[in-house]
Amino acid sequence: MTTGLGILVVVLIAATAFGLYRRFTDGHIKGVDPVSDAPTHDGEVLSAADIGEPLGERATLVQFSTAFCQPCRAARRTLGEVTGMVEGVTHVEIDAESHLDLVRRLDVMRTPTIVVLDSTGRIRRRAVGAPRTADVVAALGDVID
Amino acid sequence: MTTATSTTASVTTPTGIDPRGPRFGAAITVIALAVALLAGSSLLGTAVIAWQTVVFGLGAFVGLGAQPYGVLYRKVVRPRLGPPAELEDPAPPRFAQLVGFLFAVVGLISYLLGATLVGQVAIGLALAAAFLNAAFNFCLGCEIYLLARRLRA
Repeated sequence: MTTGLGILVVVLIAATAFGLYRRFTDGHIKGVDPVSDAPTHDGEVLSAADIGEPLGERATLVQFSTAFCQPCRAARRTLGEVTGMVEGVTHVEIDAESHLDLVRRLDVMRTPTIVVLDSTGRIRRRAVGAPRTADVVAALGDVID
Repeated sequence: MTTATSTTASVTTPTGIDPRGPRFGAAITVIALAVALLAGSSLLGTAVIAWQTVVFGLGAFVGLGAQPYGVLYRKVVRPRLGPPAELEDPAPPRFAQLVGFLFAVVGLISYLLGATLVGQVAIGLALAAAFLNAAFNFCLGCEIYLLARRLRA
């Protein structure tokens, strides 16, 4: 009984802390330093061949999804909405499971992961978890020169 | 509560499920797993984890429509609520049932063999996932499915 109670308490505290942490960090769009690690990371620039579709004229929103991912749908809707609002921006959804090479190259650990490419295909922003529309628009404002 | 009008015609698949169902089920699962954890490998603890293993197994291998907590939700809870804002794909919660099933099986076998602590750890891990699902709408498939695929291939 006491062992079980101890495990129960630890699990509930740890899960609550993890859940709160995720609630505050999920979907945040982070900048990718374009200078410091650019020459070493070959994942830095994506081509049309990499993502299987032509790059957007001004920016591309690349979303990694899997079939067992609930928030991927919300992310798809948000990014679709944004591409409708901002001209020259396209949304490309990639099935992570069938593109494991790209997943490894970009170190995608869970879905949805979204990378924002500029007009040349360089990765400028990254988000894990479904982002909010306003944040995506703001990120595009920074990426589109 | 009853006059929820569908103002947004969001993208929903016709075969989608009410997303509140799996969360309701996760809440009951949390209680069941907590009882199994506290009771250890006693008759009560073993019976409860055996029941929960069957529940997970029905959800994972037969479908969410056959999962007892899902049935309870549809028959008793949902008629008292308004319609869901949107429907969801059943694949993610079904995957979560499969993961729960694997941990519950380890818990059950350990209890039956008298390896109480091993069983309690396995049940504790399943409890963490169910609690995160119920309290935070946590998506287990998002976290581990891709990692598992990355390791395998």
